[in-house]
Amino acid sequence: MGLSEDPYGAFVRTAPGKLLASRAGLPRPPRLRRFVPDEEWAVDPALVVGLSGAARVDEVTQWLRDSGIAVGRGDGPLSALVVDASGLRTVAELDELLTLAPRFRRTRGRVLVLSAVPADVEDPEGRAVQRGLEGFVRSLAKEARGGTTVNLLRVADGASTALRSAVEFFCSARSAFVDGQPLVVGEGTPAPARERRVAVVTGAAQGIGAATAQVLARSGHHVVCADVAAAGEQLAAVANRVKGSTLHLDVTAPTAPQRLAEHLADRFDGADVVVHNAGITRDRSFVNLDEDAWRSVLAVNLLAPVRLTEELLRHPGALAPGARFVCLSSINGLAGAKGQTNYATSKAGLVGLVEALAAPLAARGFAVNAVAPGFIETPMTAAMPPVPRELGRRTSSLQQGGLPVDVAEAVGWLAQPDAAGVDGQVLRVCGQNLLGA
Amino acid sequence: MTRRAAIVGGNRTPFVRAGHRYAQVSAQDLLVAALDGLVARYGLAGERLGEVVAGAVLKHSRDLNLTREAVLSTALDPATPAYDVQQACATGLETAVLVANKIALGQVEAGIAGGTDSASDAPVAVDDGLRRVLLELSRAKTPRARLAALAKLRPGQLRPAPPRNAEARTGLSMGEHAARTALEFSLTRQAQDELALASHRNLAAAYDRGFFDDLLTPYLGVRRDDLLRPDTTLDKLAALDPVFGRDLPGEATMTAGNSTPLTDGAAVVLLASDEWAAARRLPVLAHLVDAETAAVDHVHGEGLLTAPVVAAPRLLQRTGLTLADFDLVEVHEAFASTVLATLAAWERDGLGTVARDRLNVTGSSLATGHPFAATGARLLATTAKLLHERGGGRALISVCAAGGQGIVAVVEA
Repeated sequence: MGLSEDPYGAFVRTAPGKLLASRAGLPRPPRLRRFVPDEEWAVDPALVVGLSGAARVDEVTQWLRDSGIAVGRGDGPLSALVVDASGLRTVAELDELLTLAPRFRRTRGRVLVLSAVPADVEDPEGRAVQRGLEGFVRSLAKEARGGTTVNLLRVADGASTALRSAVEFFCSARSAFVDGQPLVVGEGTPAPARERRVAVVTGAAQGIGAATAQVLARSGHHVVCADVAAAGEQLAAVANRVKGSTLHLDVTAPTAPQRLAEHLADRFDGADVVVHNAGITRDRSFVNLDEDAWRSVLAVNLLAPVRLTEELLRHPGALAPGARFVCLSSINGLAGAKGQTNYATSKAGLVGLVEALAAPLAARGFAVNAVAPGFIETPMTAAMPPVPRELGRRTSSLQQGGLPVDVAEAVGWLAQPDAAGVDGQVLRVCGQNLLGA
Repeated sequence: MTRRAAIVGGNRTPFVRAGHRYAQVSAQDLLVAALDGLVARYGLAGERLGEVVAGAVLKHSRDLNLTREAVLSTALDPATPAYDVQQACATGLETAVLVANKIALGQVEAGIAGGTDSASDAPVAVDDGLRRVLLELSRAKTPRARLAALAKLRPGQLRPAPPRNAEARTGLSMGEHAARTALEFSLTRQAQDELALASHRNLAAAYDRGFFDDLLTPYLGVRRDDLLRPDTTLDKLAALDPVFGRDLPGEATMTAGNSTPLTDGAAVVLLASDEWAAARRLPVLAHLVDAETAAVDHVHGEGLLTAPVVAAPRLLQRTGLTLADFDLVEVHEAFASTVLATLAAWERDGLGTVARDRLNVTGSSLATGHPFAATGARLLATTAKLLHERGGGRALISVCAAGGQGIVAVVEA
């Protein structure tokens, strides 16, 4: 998908558009850089800063270098600024944040702040300080320009492999549309290596599902592309493009859980990644909502993931060791949206599912997370009326809608074997949209 | 056979009445769609298969390498060889036998067989005189020579010669031939209409239970065979006027309701050695055990579509089976009268009877449609899946074909 789907965004990047927008004080959405294999993303060096009590500076520096990003200390432009603020415990120490201002000004790319998990800090002042970092990050994200994003990683004790993969993700082009978000990174055992990792993506025929299939295939997965039989033609095209396979599956059918579980067990020795992406909208104000519009949305978006997950967990061989679940929620589920009581109920429900499953799944070596997309340029948002659509685009800190690939990259990261320490979380991919933030 | 070829699965486009939703696409487009759906279902993108064999009955001169050209448009490895076969309506099953035989001999490990036809995009020939003028024009090197060639053009030559659904040697259409057979076997209108009704009901029920979810991939927005009439009744069928055999001595019983109309579509089936399927963890639905092709002398009075009547006894004798040994029997419904005549002849010849609850249990060509070369592959994949669903068993497939030919095959799971 190209940026041409955002005609305003394309216009203000032309010379006359630029002039007009700056004169009129209109938003000028920056062009976001996405991950391109073999293309060097961080042309400028990164800088790793340790504030008082920082313990992660050396390893973070090493990780960035290992992933091909130069780490400097000069006064030039920066592609990433990583700040270890996890040791700050007094309000006075928060003053150290001020020293970041000149570096922040030089950063065009990523700002990533590491903090402690506030709940793990017993001292009231220390906890207040650590919690305060969230406000700092969220505000800084709103001030950032040129597509620069600012995010917060709350690092639990013992986090290592997962922290490394999180740092790599948040400092890369893969996180282009993740902005102003806090995320807890814990300890976790990476999934064991397999010759051919297998992912299943429901609703894979188009939009975010198709993009997710592509990203998972890029990282070496055989992707089982599942969708309703009626979408079979597009589904086949997606599966063939990513050298995966198709499964015609209506997730709401009574036989669907069994069929999926058997398919994964019999043909693939179980799935390493399960992405509950299939979703529908039947928007109508609550008072006008008929039973079918209510039930069908809940059946596809919420009941199906519940039932499919139950069966996959029960069916021997349906899941590979260390398997990951990712549920596609929505910021409209977190914030609510006019005309979407059914949709928001289902999408908020998925967060509950993730929260409930996290601990029991972790005990079995699995993990489950949710990704909550904001305004994403898909056939679904293309069908919105123009004014809400334009508002949806411009109300994010990045002043534009995201692309399906932005959501797919987040799913792809959570599906990585070393992201094991991220569990029971909701990662918003919304460009720091105002909704529900 | 040294080793039996496994039927892994199949895929087809929905079948569509000629001139409707597929009017703008070619037989090759349809074949590509059927192949790409199959490739996707079994994760074969980028794989080199032993071979792809398919064909079409209505073939343009440009389609001399139809199947190979189709393969090049799919996600298969372009190093997959392909060739065309043409045996009228038997094409789709004959191709499967050819691939299966190579698998049996160990010459290939896996291959795809199938067929495609577009009655909408049928080739139209031009008058022979015009054709000669055009050929001469293309050879002409100078403007004078070109003018000379064009000067030979006569207005009468501009009439196109559309394809005729008629036998070359008798000039009779398949329907007229079938009407003669129907009279010979004294087949009633009611019996034919009942068979047609069962076909629609069985096909509709199969769709409703999701039977075709892994046998069919939608194409151009079409999700189901558009000839299917789930709500048809005996009364509706009885109200139709006869279309064939109206000038014969005796009641004309064949109508548009109990005959298959011209149809567009494509179907393919994936065959492999058991080892190849096991290595990829692919399911084996059934095995293609044996097949027999026969021909009859329709020019001198034998029924055009009755070759399976000859083929089946030969096959049964070779395999040591009787009709009673089959759990399912699939008889291609070119016309309802063909099925009834075939069953009657088998009974007459002492092969036994076919119980109706074993016959065409998910409907056949009357409800599905009949894109000539595609039918055999559709029947084979459907039958293999039906046997697999039953947890095992044996099926007989019978397909009649123009030119007085026919093919029967034994499938086991």
